[in-house]
Amino acid sequence: MVFPKLVRRENASLPVLIAAPFVALAMAAVSNLVLYATIGVDPAAVFKAMLIDPFTSYFSFSEILLKAGPLLLIAQGLAIGFRAKVFNIGAEGQFILGAICASAIPVYLPQASGIWIWPTMLLFGVLGGLAWAAITAFWRVRLNANEILVSLMLSFIALQLLNYLLLGPWKDPMGFNFPQSVMFQYDALLPILLPGTRVNVSLILALLVTVAAWFFVQRSFAGYRLEVGGLAPNAARYAGFSQSSAIWLSLLIGGAAAGLAGAAEVAGPVGQLQRSISTGYGYAAIIVAYLGGLHPIGIVFAAFLLATLYIGGDNAMVSAGLPIAAVNVFQGSLLLAYLIASTFVRRKLVWPQGARP
Amino acid sequence: MIAIEFILAGMLAAATPFLLAALGELVAERSGVLNLGVEGMMALGASVGFITVYSGGGHVMGFVFGALSGMALALVFAFVTLGLHTNQVASGLAIGIMGLGLSAYFGKPFESFTVTGLGKIAIPGLSDFPVIGGLFRQDIVVWLSLIFTPALWYVLKHTKLGLLLRAVGENPHAASAIGYPVILIRLSAVAFGGLMAGIAGAYASTIYTPLWADGMIAGRGWIAVALVVFGTWMVGRVFLGACLFGAVSLGGIAAQTVGLAVPSQLLASMPYIVTIVVLGIISSNRRLVKLNGIASLGEPFEK
Amino acid sequence: MTEPLLSLRGVTKRYGPVHANTGVDLDVRAGEIHAILGENGAGKSTLMKLIYGVETPDEGTIAWQGELTQIGSPASARRLGIGMVFQHFSLFETLTVVENVSLLVPGTKKALTKRIVQLGQEFGLEVDPLAYVYALSVGERQRVEIIRCLMADPKLLILDEPTSVLPPQSVELLFDTLRRLSARGVAILFISHKLEEIRSICTHATILRGGTVTGNVTPQDFDAHALATMMIGRDMPHLSPAEAVQRGANQLEISGLTLGTDDPFGVSLKNIFMHVAEGEILGIAGVSGNGQSELAAAISGETALPKSMRDVIAMLGQDVGAMNPATRRKLGFAFVPEDRLGQGAVPELSLVKNSILTAHRHGMVKKGMIRHGRAAAFAKACIAQNDVRTPGPAAEAGSLSGGNLQKFIIGRELMLAPKLLFLNQPTWGVDIGAATAIRRRLIELRNAGCAILVISEELEELFELTDYMQVLSEGRLSPRFKTSETVPEDIGRAMIGAGEGAA
Repeated sequence: MVFPKLVRRENASLPVLIAAPFVALAMAAVSNLVLYATIGVDPAAVFKAMLIDPFTSYFSFSEILLKAGPLLLIAQGLAIGFRAKVFNIGAEGQFILGAICASAIPVYLPQASGIWIWPTMLLFGVLGGLAWAAITAFWRVRLNANEILVSLMLSFIALQLLNYLLLGPWKDPMGFNFPQSVMFQYDALLPILLPGTRVNVSLILALLVTVAAWFFVQRSFAGYRLEVGGLAPNAARYAGFSQSSAIWLSLLIGGAAAGLAGAAEVAGPVGQLQRSISTGYGYAAIIVAYLGGLHPIGIVFAAFLLATLYIGGDNAMVSAGLPIAAVNVFQGSLLLAYLIASTFVRRKLVWPQGARP
Repeated sequence: MIAIEFILAGMLAAATPFLLAALGELVAERSGVLNLGVEGMMALGASVGFITVYSGGGHVMGFVFGALSGMALALVFAFVTLGLHTNQVASGLAIGIMGLGLSAYFGKPFESFTVTGLGKIAIPGLSDFPVIGGLFRQDIVVWLSLIFTPALWYVLKHTKLGLLLRAVGENPHAASAIGYPVILIRLSAVAFGGLMAGIAGAYASTIYTPLWADGMIAGRGWIAVALVVFGTWMVGRVFLGACLFGAVSLGGIAAQTVGLAVPSQLLASMPYIVTIVVLGIISSNRRLVKLNGIASLGEPFEK
Repeated sequence: MTEPLLSLRGVTKRYGPVHANTGVDLDVRAGEIHAILGENGAGKSTLMKLIYGVETPDEGTIAWQGELTQIGSPASARRLGIGMVFQHFSLFETLTVVENVSLLVPGTKKALTKRIVQLGQEFGLEVDPLAYVYALSVGERQRVEIIRCLMADPKLLILDEPTSVLPPQSVELLFDTLRRLSARGVAILFISHKLEEIRSICTHATILRGGTVTGNVTPQDFDAHALATMMIGRDMPHLSPAEAVQRGANQLEISGLTLGTDDPFGVSLKNIFMHVAEGEILGIAGVSGNGQSELAAAISGETALPKSMRDVIAMLGQDVGAMNPATRRKLGFAFVPEDRLGQGAVPELSLVKNSILTAHRHGMVKKGMIRHGRAAAFAKACIAQNDVRTPGPAAEAGSLSGGNLQKFIIGRELMLAPKLLFLNQPTWGVDIGAATAIRRRLIELRNAGCAILVISEELEELFELTDYMQVLSEGRLSPRFKTSETVPEDIGRAMIGAGEGAA
C-alpha cells in the first residue's frame, strides 16, 4: 500500500484558495445527501428544495437576502478577529445583548415617535455588543483567560438574561403570558428596502461594513498589525505592535458588528424581543467567516450560501420531511470540508518516488 | 441543612458527566491536541446511547454505542487535524457543530421520551450516616468513575505510557527524533477523548436524567474543556473541579428547596458564571499555567 | 585493514528539486573518531539522518558490519547499535533525567538511576539522575544525551555539532569522554565545521561540499587552511581589519538591570551593567540559555520592564525603560533578532509586507493607510543592495533560504539608518560566504560611527568582529574585556565562572 505524502508548497496556491469553498460545498452536499438517503429521505427532493427552490420566487430570494444580512455583519467582524487568531466564538451572546439593548428604547418608551428612534436603537445595539465583548477582552488581556471559553460561557449567560427579561420585567402584559416583549412602534422599525419583502436598510449597512472591512483588512496599518499578530505573535512583539490592543480591537470589532446585527434583527423582521431572535446566527457566522476564507469579499458569497441553506432547510423540512437539525449537520460538515480543502492551499500531495513520475 | 444533604447526595452523580468528559480531554491535551468538539461528541454519545437503551439494547450496549459514536467523531477530528494539519480550533468547532446536529438529527423521533435509569448501590454502614450518608449511595457508573480516576492518575504519573504522552505533548519533534510515532500516539489520545466524551454523554441521557431532549448537554462539554484548564492538566484537580460543578449545578434546585428568592435564570447561569470567574483566577497565575501547561498544545506537528 | 563497521556506497537523498546528498561513500571502523566536515547546508545533517534511520536514502546502499541493511527508523538504528546525540537536544524539559532515559532504555527506575551514576563515573559524565532537565545547564543536558546513548551499549555514536553549545573548558572534558569511548572500540562520527577541533581529536575526516564528498583525509596531515579550502571550495575569505575610531558618546547604557521571569523555564537577569559607544562593537559571549533571549528582549523593548527598572536602560541619550520596540526604533535603534522566521520576518507574508514590519515609519503609512508602492520600492532596494537571492519582492519570506532571509532582515534594519544596532546570533546557520559579507558590513558600519552590540555563541566570530566583550553566564554579565588583549581561555573562564563549576 503506497500512501501519498503531504508536502508544503513554497508559496500559497491562489487557484486552490479560490476553488476550496466550491470543492467544500460539493463534498458536504454529497456526504449529506447520502446521510439523508440512509434515513429514507429522498436526496433528490432535498437537493431541489434546498438549493434550487429558494431561487424560484422573488419572495423566497428576498428571504435569503434577509438572512444573509446578519450573517454578513457578524462574520465580517469575526473574520477580523480570526485573522488575528483571537477566537471570539461568543458572537451569539453579543448578538443577543445587541438585541436586548436596542429593545430597551421601545420597551421603556413605547409611545415615543420620531425618525431618531431606529438609528438610536442600532447605536444601543452596537454598545450592547461592545460591552459584552469587552468582558471577554478584559478576561483575556488582564487575566490571561482563554477567550474561546469565556466568550462562549457569556453566550449561555446572555441567553439566560434574555429569558429573565422576557419572563419578568419586559414581558408584554397583553401578550397572553408568552415570553416576548411588546410589539415595537412603527418608528422603532427599520425602513423597508425592497417593497413587498421584509428586506430592510440593514442590508445596506451590512454591505457598507463589508467595504469598510475590506479597506481595514487590505489597506490599513491597523489591519496589517492584526494580521502580523495572528500569523506570527513574536514578529508582532518584535515590531512593537501591542498584543493587548490587538485583542481589544479584535473583540470590540466583533462585538460591535454582532450587536448591530442583533439590533437590526429586533428592529427589522422580528419587530419585538423574543426568545428565538437568534437562530444560531452567531455560530453560523463562524462558518461563514471561515468559508469566505476570512476575506471580506469571500465572506459576502459565504453569507449568501449559508442564508440559502437556512431558507432551503426550511423548504426541505416542509416538502421533503427533513429534520431541521439536518441544517446544522450540513453547516458543520461544510466547515469541516472547507478546512480539508483549504489544507491544499499551502500543501500538496506527493506520491513516493516510483509510484508516480 | 437539607440543602447541604441534598447537594452531598447528588454532587457526585452530577459531577460524573463533567468528570468523564474532562478526563478524556485531559488525555488528548496532554498529547498536544486541543479538541474543542467535546460538546458535540458528548451530545452524539447521549443521543446514540439513549436510542440504544430505549430500543431495548440495555445500558451496557448504550454505553458501548455512545462511546463508539463519540470516538467516531474524534477520529474524524484526528484525521483532519493530524493527517491534514487543519487548524485545531476551527476543526474542533466544526466537529462540535456536526455532533450537535447529528445528535438532534438522530434523536428527533425520540424527543422527550424517557428510559429507566439504574438503581443505586449503597455502602452498608457509611450510607446510614446522617447528612453525609447520601455520598455513599451512588449508581454503578459513579462508583466505576471513582475507581477509574485514580487509575488514570496512576497511569499518567507512573507508567511509561503516561511519560510518553507528556513527552509527545511537550516536544513532538524530539519524540519523533528518538523514534516514537507522534501522530499515532496523538491519534490514540484523541480517540480516547472521544470515547470518554461519548460515555459521559450516554451517562447523562440514560442514567443521570434518563430522557432525551435536544440540547440536553447544555454546555457541559464546554465546561469540561474549561475544567482541564482549571485543573491545570492534573487529574486530581480536575476531579475536584468536577465536584465543584456538580455541586453548583445542583445549587439551583437546592436554593429553591430552602425558598431562596433568586431568579431561576440566575441559578441556571451559575455554572457558566463560576466557569468564567474560576478561569480568570487560575489563568492569571501565568507561572502555574506555563509550568503545568502543554508546550505544543494546538500546534500542528509536521516532520 | 579491518572490515568497516558502517559502509555507505553511492547514497543519494533528494528533497524535491534539492539534492541534499549525491553519491556519498563513507566507511567508519570500530574505535575511530571520524569527522564529517562541511559548512552549513553541505548535507551533513541529512547524511546523519540517513544513518540514524530518520530518513531513507533514494539511492545507494548502507552496510552494517559487512551486511547490506535497511535502516527504517531510529529504533532499528538503535537495535543495530547506533546512537545519536542531537545538536538541539531531544530531551524533554518537564521530565527528570531518569524519566528521559527510561523513554529510550528499558528497565526499572531504580536500576536506571544506578546505571546513570555508574556510567557517569566511568566516562566523566556526572549528572543528577533525579533532576528535572529544565534545571540543567546546556553542558549537563549534553551529558544526559550521551549517557542515554551509552546505556544501549552502542557500537557507533553520532554527535551533531557537539561543541557548538559548550564553553571551551567543557569541550576538553567532552573530548576526554570521546577518547575513552574510542579506546573501548566505539566508533564515533563527529559532525563539525570547526577545523582546529577536528585536527585535535579526529583520526579520519570526510569532507562534504554541496552534498558530495570532496575529501577523505587524515586531518593531522593538513593544516586548517587546506581543510577549509576543501570545505568551501576556495580560499577562506578575510576580513578587513577595523580602523581606529575616535570613541564617542555612549549610545546604549544599562546600569543595574535585574529582571525576574514569569517563565519557569526562563533565566533571571541579575544586576547587568553594560555600555556601547559610537564607533565600537561590543560582543556578548556565552552559551545559549544563559539569559541571552531575556537580555535581548529587555534591550529591544519586547519585554515590558517593571516600574522599578524603568530608568536603568538609556538609549541614544534617553531613558527607554517605558518604551516599546517601535518607539525605541524612532530614536535610531535597530534590532536583528535571533529567530528569522516568526520573529524577524513573518513566513507567510511577502518581502514587501515584511518591509513594513519595522520600516513603516519611512513613508509607508499615511493617515493609517498603507502605501504599497513605497513598501515595494523599499523591498526592491533592500533585495538589490544586499544580494538577496529571491524571485522578487512578492516572494514569501518563508520561501527564502536561511542565509538569504538573514541578508534581507539585516539589510532592512540597516536601511533604517540606525545609530545603535543590536544583533542577536547574526550568522547562526548562515553559510561562510554570507556570514563574511555580514561581518564586513558591520565593520564598515562601525567605522562610520554606528554603535553595535552583538550577541553570539561563536567565539571566533566575536574575536574577529568586536572591540570589547562581556560574557553572559546564568543571567550575570562579566566585566568588560578588551578583545585585542584577551585570549579565548579568559572568556571561557568567565563562561563557567558564575555557576557551572563542574562543567
